[in-house]
Amino acid sequence: MTLSRNACVVAAVAAVLLLVVAPFGLKPYGIYLLSLWAVMTIAAIGLNLTLGYAGQISLAQSSFVGIGAYTAALLTTQGWPLWSACLLAIALCFVIGWLLGYPALRVQHHYLAFVTLAFATLVFLILRNEEWLTKGVYGITGIPRPTALGWSTKAPVDFYFFCLGMLAAVSAATWWLIRSPWGRAFTALRENPLRAASLGVDTQRYTLMAFAIGSALGGISGVLYAPLVQFIEPTAFALGLSLNLLLMVIVGGSGYFFGPFLGAAVSVLLPEWLRFTEGLYLILYAVFVMILMAFCPSGLLGLAERLRKPAATRRTQAGGPP
Amino acid sequence: MSAVLEVRDLTKTFGGISAVNGVSFDVHPGEILGLIGPNGSGKSTLFNCILGQLAPSSGEVRVDGRPITGMRPSDLNLLGIGRTFQLLQVFPQLSVRENLILAGQEHQGSMWSRLVGRPDAGLTAAANRMIEFFRLAAVADERAGALSYGQQKLLDVAMAFMAGPRLVLLDEPAGGVNPTMLAGLRERLRAINEAEKATFVVIEHNMEFVMSLCTRVLVLAEGRIIAEGTPAEIRSNRDVIEAYLGH
Repeated sequence: MTLSRNACVVAAVAAVLLLVVAPFGLKPYGIYLLSLWAVMTIAAIGLNLTLGYAGQISLAQSSFVGIGAYTAALLTTQGWPLWSACLLAIALCFVIGWLLGYPALRVQHHYLAFVTLAFATLVFLILRNEEWLTKGVYGITGIPRPTALGWSTKAPVDFYFFCLGMLAAVSAATWWLIRSPWGRAFTALRENPLRAASLGVDTQRYTLMAFAIGSALGGISGVLYAPLVQFIEPTAFALGLSLNLLLMVIVGGSGYFFGPFLGAAVSVLLPEWLRFTEGLYLILYAVFVMILMAFCPSGLLGLAERLRKPAATRRTQAGGPP
Repeated sequence: MSAVLEVRDLTKTFGGISAVNGVSFDVHPGEILGLIGPNGSGKSTLFNCILGQLAPSSGEVRVDGRPITGMRPSDLNLLGIGRTFQLLQVFPQLSVRENLILAGQEHQGSMWSRLVGRPDAGLTAAANRMIEFFRLAAVADERAGALSYGQQKLLDVAMAFMAGPRLVLLDEPAGGVNPTMLAGLRERLRAINEAEKATFVVIEHNMEFVMSLCTRVLVLAEGRIIAEGTPAEIRSNRDVIEAYLGH
């Protein structure tokens, strides 16, 4: 957020170059992981908006990824183009996310976590039990990859660039949003809803919007996830994914624009890089996360900012984003 | 002269305790009304009932003759009623300038236009004027959380005035502010009162501050108004001395 502008620009350009060049030196599994990173980043950006900026905890982000994925899978296997499934998923997740926001007008923090947890369980049960619609535990196979403007994305590299393009579009839209007065209102909502209301901020409407927009981004992520893995079944969208997305937002730096990018990289890529340690890799990953959270609860970007800042202003960090 | 704010028989009970007990008073255009009373006399509860933070048990509140009882705090602010809270309330992660812009932004355009349009230009200029006026220029780009307590208090007050309200309710603006800064704050409040014809209601424990700023003073004790008058009259009122100053 307040990292020096030049350092940010240089890092962003380097990261984009790396993302464009990387797939050419990777095997299909590596390309798959990078695509998964892009897809999960979109869902994490959504959750970062709801949680990091607007301060509303949600354990239901996996449900919206699931709703998006099932919308895409059901429609594209029936011959619908992916873009139409995407528009429908956005609308569906926006409306459901808006409705899920209503409990947040009454309860906060761990109470809200439980409300959203119940919703996530409900969606999981629907995906698993309503076989007439979702094919239940057998899942949906043969999900086609889209052809965009005559460009077939069947090959892993092509689909990777398709995901990267979507991530770029989502990032640009989110950047616009958080730089607009809405972003400021979301931050105000997180830091002090009482004071925000006394300054004319319609805290109810902004809370619902934070849920709706964050959920819609979860839906977009799901729409890309279905053709990426080409086979979906309910357990992929159970609570585990919600917790993983929560981890991405918090490890990366909740309330920082680039937090989800870093957090998703840690969550998706780091375990794979640690694979050379064989049986130890998940243990090392767990230890890394625990140490990071214990010593830097504001995440990797919070750590970077703290290392950069003179000690004089450090005390203000204590009241950092939750 | 019609009243800007009319409070009629306002009562707020918590269980069996009446925090505010049948309070009625008027606030006239351009006046600075002081509201004093011992701790627990119901001053802040009264503010919260007027401003929609708490629902009053009974009674009515009108602004410019229009009933506002039960309206939401954000809607009241959009009607031109500003407030500050007893405890410091700034947004620590936003810069001083952003705090002020936030305090004005919801008064411009629709929610949709605030997303797609960029109505910031006029707001930045207004925020800069406010920064000059409250002498916060040196810290304008600092995070509000990094400011000294007194500076945050000035910012807190400045935010309440950002949208050009007609009526501002200030809850202990002088609390924790050092004497030099306090004189500055009093001078700023007087200047806004004269230039903008804004009306203030001020809760304050600092007697010297109240007596030198306010044109009229109400004294609250145990949820009721026990005295009303000019600062000079209040100073010599026997009931007040007994209930409050004598403690």
